[in-house]
Amino acid sequence: MPKKTLNIVESAYRAVMEEQDDTILWLLAAMQVAGAEHTVVLRGNAVNYAVAGQGVPGLTVGEWKQTQAPKMDRDVLDLVEKRKIPVYVVAEDLADRGIERGELVPGVQLLGRTALPGLFAEYELVAHW
Amino acid sequence: MSRKTLTIALMDPPYESENLTTAFRILEVAARRGYHINVFAYEGAAGLAFVRQTQHPNPVHGKDVAEENHPTTKDQVAALLAAAEQSGGKVDWVNCGMCVDERGVNEFVPGTRRGSPADFHAFAEASDNVLVIPTK
Repeated sequence: MPKKTLNIVESAYRAVMEEQDDTILWLLAAMQVAGAEHTVVLRGNAVNYAVAGQGVPGLTVGEWKQTQAPKMDRDVLDLVEKRKIPVYVVAEDLADRGIERGELVPGVQLLGRTALPGLFAEYELVAHW
Repeated sequence: MSRKTLTIALMDPPYESENLTTAFRILEVAARRGYHINVFAYEGAAGLAFVRQTQHPNPVHGKDVAEENHPTTKDQVAALLAAAEQSGGKVDWVNCGMCVDERGVNEFVPGTRRGSPADFHAFAEASDNVLVIPTK
């Protein structure tokens, strides 16, 4: 059995245009293919990854155009629906930013800050990204 | 009206931050307006014009190389130079020599060159404005 790992993702939108995804969510998806067992907690600015309908035009530099700009809500949905990786969102961090539950992609679970220590105890490894 | 000269100093390495996307958006507008642009690519940014960058597939996205069409900063640098030339401006892109040596990225996009902090000093002296985008 693989070690159960809880991944707290806080760094948000770092290099997502250049990588066309979030490097940590990508890493977790790739590791899951290799047999890892991951859970994700989005906290801080990263809670915005779960907001449905977001997107950005690709970068353009002269004649060069980016054709596959990142869609973070799509990547969160991919974790939840295709890869069956649980994704939690810290409720207070949503509220701090004025984001309502109804704005999020389906399948993500809200979690209060006071519930975090209990969640930590369920995992053999906890990584803070 | 004489053309404006803008200098931008960059420090972030490619594929590590959102700062470079912002920088390229600014540089692109300046190039389209025909500005004379100086870029001092310092520390990690010395890798932006490294010519051996290659696109890759993305198995997590389920896309091959062509479908993923992954951006490379070398292509963005080359496109910037071409866009400036098309608008009647020019880009003097300097890659910090010691920075490229320590990183082994001493092969540049044609039209960019190796330089030193003295170039940044000269750029600043000759520019209408200077924008520094540092690593945080």
